[in-house]
Amino acid sequence: MASVTIDAPRSSRSNGSKRSVNLEKWGWIYMRASGVVLVALIFGHLFVNLVSGDGVQAIDFAFVAGKWADPFWVVWDTALLWLALIHGANGMRTIVNDYATNALLRKTFTGALAVSTAVLLILGTLVIFTFDPCPAGTAADLLPSFCAAGQ
Amino acid sequence: MSTPTIANVPAAAEEIPTFTVTLIIRRFDPEVDSEPRWEDFDVEMYPTDRILDALHKIKWEQDGSLTFRRSCAHGVCGSDAMRINGRNRLACKTLIKDLDISKPIYVEAIKGLPLEKDLIVNMDPFFESFAAVQPFLISSSKPDKERKQSPAERARFDDTTKCILCAACTSSCPIFWTDGQYFGPAAIVNAHRFIFDSRDEGSQVRLDILNDKEGVWRCRTTFNCTEACPRGIQVTQAIAEVKQAIMRGA
Repeated sequence: MASVTIDAPRSSRSNGSKRSVNLEKWGWIYMRASGVVLVALIFGHLFVNLVSGDGVQAIDFAFVAGKWADPFWVVWDTALLWLALIHGANGMRTIVNDYATNALLRKTFTGALAVSTAVLLILGTLVIFTFDPCPAGTAADLLPSFCAAGQ
Repeated sequence: MSTPTIANVPAAAEEIPTFTVTLIIRRFDPEVDSEPRWEDFDVEMYPTDRILDALHKIKWEQDGSLTFRRSCAHGVCGSDAMRINGRNRLACKTLIKDLDISKPIYVEAIKGLPLEKDLIVNMDPFFESFAAVQPFLISSSKPDKERKQSPAERARFDDTTKCILCAACTSSCPIFWTDGQYFGPAAIVNAHRFIFDSRDEGSQVRLDILNDKEGVWRCRTTFNCTEACPRGIQVTQAIAEVKQAIMRGA
């Protein structure tokens, strides 16, 4: 008697994109990894800005200028900016995927989200790295008082 | 003549107390209604009665058109999952006295699947995603006797063998409500049952299927499924274990 051969069941739902980079997986991993780092970054940021030293009264233009004169805080704030912004944008993306059922609406939301995230990242990074509290050739009355002391 | 008579039985030695309860049921008849409507029924029930008994009483004594699924009526077949007072439960495992009977009890069909009539939904999408994870033993070997497995290996997936496919978990999942493409908790539970079975060789295939845009990564760990499961399966934990397996493997 001839044995019956049963075809192997189909191996994957998405044969095309098999073994390629899985963005959903990496997005999921990113949320967890960045979340852990962000806990340290955010609470460190809050402590230094609001609690240590003179506390919240210390925050003014000079305080921020002083922090960004230190490469440590430049790196800290850059990491905070990128990790938090992408973390938030990815969270928004999952909400859009969950609740925007219309394909066009979903595309629009995701696109707007990507553009605004990119703009904020570039703008923020630019500010952190090119920040100069006392730009040369500016009228003295527009500059903070400590600029005169340094000259 | 000693004919056994019922009269000999002490007539109502102790009257079993009954109570009247109001059920508000979400009715829908596709031939008449354009929208589902709520209809209330008063039924006299015993403390030992379940929601299923109340539904039977309504169907048999008040309105024969009330439509619902039930097969075994003892919490094994998984036919009568429904939304009772806003929570997914099996009607046959929900004692009426355990609910707040001072208020009406709301009964409606499970959510997220197409409503067909009254408490019956179309289960096809649910079973399609169940079938898609290949819920059967995949093995190349053909042993002469049984496939051996140690108690520890069996215990690894014991929890997920308890699934009765009632869809209480999947139809309580907010991702499944809004995204008809998501596999849903029940399909992942049944994939878990084979992924962690030492006798099975197809776990990589199933992990590939679930490592999809609409696979396990859609899970937002809201724990609705774990809360809804009438069998007490730790559904969210099973999904997390599948995520871990994908992270380690793929």
